[in-house]
Amino acid sequence: METIVFRAAAAALAFALCAPVTATAREVNLYTTREPGLIQPLLDAFTKDSGIQVRSIFIKDGLLERVRAEGGRSPVDVLMTVDIGNLLDLTDADLTQPVDSQVLEQAIPANLRDRDGRWFAFSLRDRVLYAHKDLPITRFNYEDLADPEWKGRVCIRSGQHPYNTALIAAKIAHDGAQATQTWLEGVKHNLARKAAGGDRNVARDILGGICDIGIANAYYVGRMKTSEPGSEARAWGDAIKVIRPQFASNADGGTHVNISGASLARHAPNRDNAIRFMEYLISPEAQAIYANANFEYPVRAGVEVAPVMAALGPLKVDSLDMTEIARHRKQASELVDRVGFDH
Amino acid sequence: MAPVLALAWHALSSDLDHWRHLADTTLPATLRSTVALLAGVAVLASALGIGSAWLVTAYRFPGRAILNWALLLPLAVPTYIMAYAYLDVLHPLGPVQSALRHWLGYSSPREFRLPDIRSMTGAIVLLGFVLYPYVYLTVRSTFLTQAANVLEAARTLGAHRAEVFWRVALPLARPAWAVGLSLALLETLNDIGASEFLGIQTMTVAVYTSWTTRSDLAAAAQIALTMLLIVVALILLERRGRARQRFANVQRMQPMQARTLRGPPALIALLLGLLPILAGFVVPAIYLTAEAVERLHGGHGLSHTLMRSLSNTVLLALIATVVTLTIGLMVAWASRTLRESAWRQPARALARVASLGYAVPGTVLAIGLLTPVMLIDDGLGELMQSRHLLLMGSGGALLIAYVIRFLAIPVGAAEAGLTRIPASLEHAARTLGSGPAQALRRIHLPLLRPALAASALLVLVDVMKELPATLLLRPLDFDTLATLLYAEASRGNYEEGALAALAIVLAGLLPVILLARTNLSHGYRRP
Repeated sequence: METIVFRAAAAALAFALCAPVTATAREVNLYTTREPGLIQPLLDAFTKDSGIQVRSIFIKDGLLERVRAEGGRSPVDVLMTVDIGNLLDLTDADLTQPVDSQVLEQAIPANLRDRDGRWFAFSLRDRVLYAHKDLPITRFNYEDLADPEWKGRVCIRSGQHPYNTALIAAKIAHDGAQATQTWLEGVKHNLARKAAGGDRNVARDILGGICDIGIANAYYVGRMKTSEPGSEARAWGDAIKVIRPQFASNADGGTHVNISGASLARHAPNRDNAIRFMEYLISPEAQAIYANANFEYPVRAGVEVAPVMAALGPLKVDSLDMTEIARHRKQASELVDRVGFDH
Repeated sequence: MAPVLALAWHALSSDLDHWRHLADTTLPATLRSTVALLAGVAVLASALGIGSAWLVTAYRFPGRAILNWALLLPLAVPTYIMAYAYLDVLHPLGPVQSALRHWLGYSSPREFRLPDIRSMTGAIVLLGFVLYPYVYLTVRSTFLTQAANVLEAARTLGAHRAEVFWRVALPLARPAWAVGLSLALLETLNDIGASEFLGIQTMTVAVYTSWTTRSDLAAAAQIALTMLLIVVALILLERRGRARQRFANVQRMQPMQARTLRGPPALIALLLGLLPILAGFVVPAIYLTAEAVERLHGGHGLSHTLMRSLSNTVLLALIATVVTLTIGLMVAWASRTLRESAWRQPARALARVASLGYAVPGTVLAIGLLTPVMLIDDGLGELMQSRHLLLMGSGGALLIAYVIRFLAIPVGAAEAGLTRIPASLEHAARTLGSGPAQALRRIHLPLLRPALAASALLVLVDVMKELPATLLLRPLDFDTLATLLYAEASRGNYEEGALAALAIVLAGLLPVILLARTNLSHGYRRP
C-alpha cells in the first residue's frame, strides 16, 4: 500500500512539474468559448503569419469565473467568446482592458465594438428560419412563429439557450415585454417537440417529418450543405431552405444577428502579442477564414462570404443596438421561464 | 468541503428575489420533473440491478459466466453519449424506424413515425439502463458473500426461493443497495448533457440557467445548495432506517447453492440477463463504432490530438484513482476506529461531508473549487516567487477536483465492507497483541479487497468520463477524451466526436472488465 501511495505521489509530482511552461516572448495565450474545430484554422494561420505560438484552452461555461479567480497571475492574454452578453459580462466584471488600435477601429464598424476598445466583434451570426424545401414561403416575420397556421409544426432548441434569449431580448427591445410574452406563448403552443437539442436538430427533424419550420443559426446550413454528398448532415441540409426573417414592427426590416468577438485580458502577460493577434483577426485573410471555414459573416467590409451563404442572398442586419439586446437578456430568460417554454 | 463553502460564499452574495421568480414560474414543474426522473430511475435501476444480480447468483444456466461481467458494461457509457446515441438510433431517420417503415410499406416519415423519445419516459428508460450497474455491482457482491447458512436456513425452514429473496436476501443487501442506488441517483441528478438532449427540465438545469443565461452565479449557488441539503437529508434518512441493523454472524463466507436451470427456463434467464446489456451497451457501442468507421473512411484518421488526449486521460485517471482511494480508505477507517470515542460524532459528520462532492452538479462544483484552488495557488506562488499558477497550470487543480467529486465511492464501499466485518475479528486480533494498524493491514484490508478494488475501478471509469470539472480546471493546451468530445458536441457535431466517444467507451471497458474479474471471482472459491 505504502509503495503504491509513494509511487502515485511521485507520479503526481512528475506530472505537475512537466506541465508548467515558462513564458516566452513569442507566445499568446487564449481562453475561448469557441470550439477548437472552428478557431484552429485561424490560430494556425496567425502562427504562420507572425511566428507567434498560440496556446489555447476551450472553456464553455465558467470562463469568466476562472479568469476572475486566477486574478493577476492568470496566463490569459485574449478572451474570445460568442454572444454580446458574454462579452459585456467580461467587461462589466473588469476582466478586460482597453485596446487603442487604429487597425481595429478602422475595420470594425462603431456599433460592433466597445467605445473604449474593451471588446470587438469579428463575425456576425444571423438567426434564421429553416423551412422544408417544398414549402411555398418566401418571406417570414419572427412573429409568424406564433401563427396558429404552424401549430405542431415548429422546432427550436431550449428557450434558455443564449442564441434564443438574445433573439427574445431583441423582440423585447422592439415591442416590449408584454407583446413578447404573448408571442412566446404562441410559439410554445406551436412546438412540434420539446424545445431541446441543438440547432442542427431542426434540419434533421424537418427531414424526419417531425416539424416543418424552425429557428436556427445560419452558419450550420453552410456546414450541412457543404458536407460530403451521401452523408447524413448533407441530407439534412438539402432537405431545407433558409429564409431570413425580420421583426414585424421594425419598418426598415432586418434579421437578428449576434456576434463573436474578443477582448484583451486585464492582466495579459503578453500584451503586444495579444493586440497583434486581435489585429490579425480583422485582416482580410482572417476574415476570409471566418467566412469560408465557419460560414459566419465577416465584419470587415469587402470580404466575400462563402458561396453557399451568398446563395441565401444579402444579409440585412436588424438595426437594433447590440447593447440593447444584452440589456434585455435577463428579462428574456425570465419570460422563457414564465411561459414554461422548455417544459 | 472547501468547494461547498465557496458555493455558500457565492450564495450569500445575493438576495432571494430569484426564488420568487422561480416559485412564480418554473419551480413547481421543475421539482415535479426532478422527482419523477429520480423516482423513475430509482425504480428501473433497482429492478434491473437487483434482478440481474439475483439472476446470476441464485441460478446457474448457460451463459451465466459471461453475464456476470457483461452486466457491468453499461458503466463504460456516459449518460450523454447514451442519450445522443438513442436520439439518433430511434429518430425517424434512424435505422429502427426506417426498417419499420420499410416493413410496413411506408415511404416517408411523414406518413408514419413513432412517438419522440424526447420525453420523461425516454429519459427514465435511457438513464435506468445505463446506470443500473451501480446497483448490480454493489448488490451482487452482497448476494455472493452473504452467509450461505442464513439463506440455507431459510430454505430449510421451508421458504421458497422467491421468499428467500424477498425476506432474507433483499433485506441483507440493503446497505449495498443504498450505496449503489445513491450513486446512480446522484449521477442522474448532476447529469446535464442527457437532460439537454431530451428536454428534461430538472433542478440541475435550473441551476445552470440561472448561472449561464442570467449571469446570476449567486442564485445558481443557492439552488445548488438547496439541492445538496435535500440529498443529504435523503441519505441520512436512509442511514437512520438501517441504523439498528447489525450483520454479525458471518462465519462462512460461502455463496449459496445456485439452482441449475435447463431448457426453456434457462433460455429465458439468459435473455432476461442479456436485455440490459443490449440496451445499455451493445446498441450505443455499435452506433459509435458505425459512426467512427464512417469518419475513418472519410479520411479523418486517428489524429495526434486524439492520441494525446487518450494518454492524458489514462494518466490522469490512474493518478486520481490512487489518491482518491487512499483518502477514501482513511476517511472510512477513521470514522470506524473512532466509533466508541468522543470523536465519533464529528468524525462521522466529516465522513458524510467528504462524500458530498458527488451530489453537486459537476459544473457548479467546479466553480466552487476555483476559490480554494486559487487560494492554494496564490500561496504557492508567493512561496516560490512565481508569477505562474502552479496548480491550475499543471493539472493539480484537476486532481483535487476528482478527489472531492468521487470520494463518496471508496468511502461508501469501505464503510459498507467494514460494517460486514464482525467486530469480533478485530477484537481477536487486538487480544492477540496486534496494533490497530496491523489489524487494518492483516484483517481488514484483505477482507475489504474486493470492495476496494471495485470502487477503485469505478473511480477510474468515472474520472475518464468526467467532463465539467475537467473542462473548467484544465491547463492550457491540455485535453482529455471527454473535453475533446465535448468540443465537437457543442458545435452540434456529435458524430464527428464519435471517435473520441468510442475511445472513452473503450478506455472505460478495460477497467470494467478488470472490475468483473477481481470482484466477481471473489466468492466462487471453495474453502
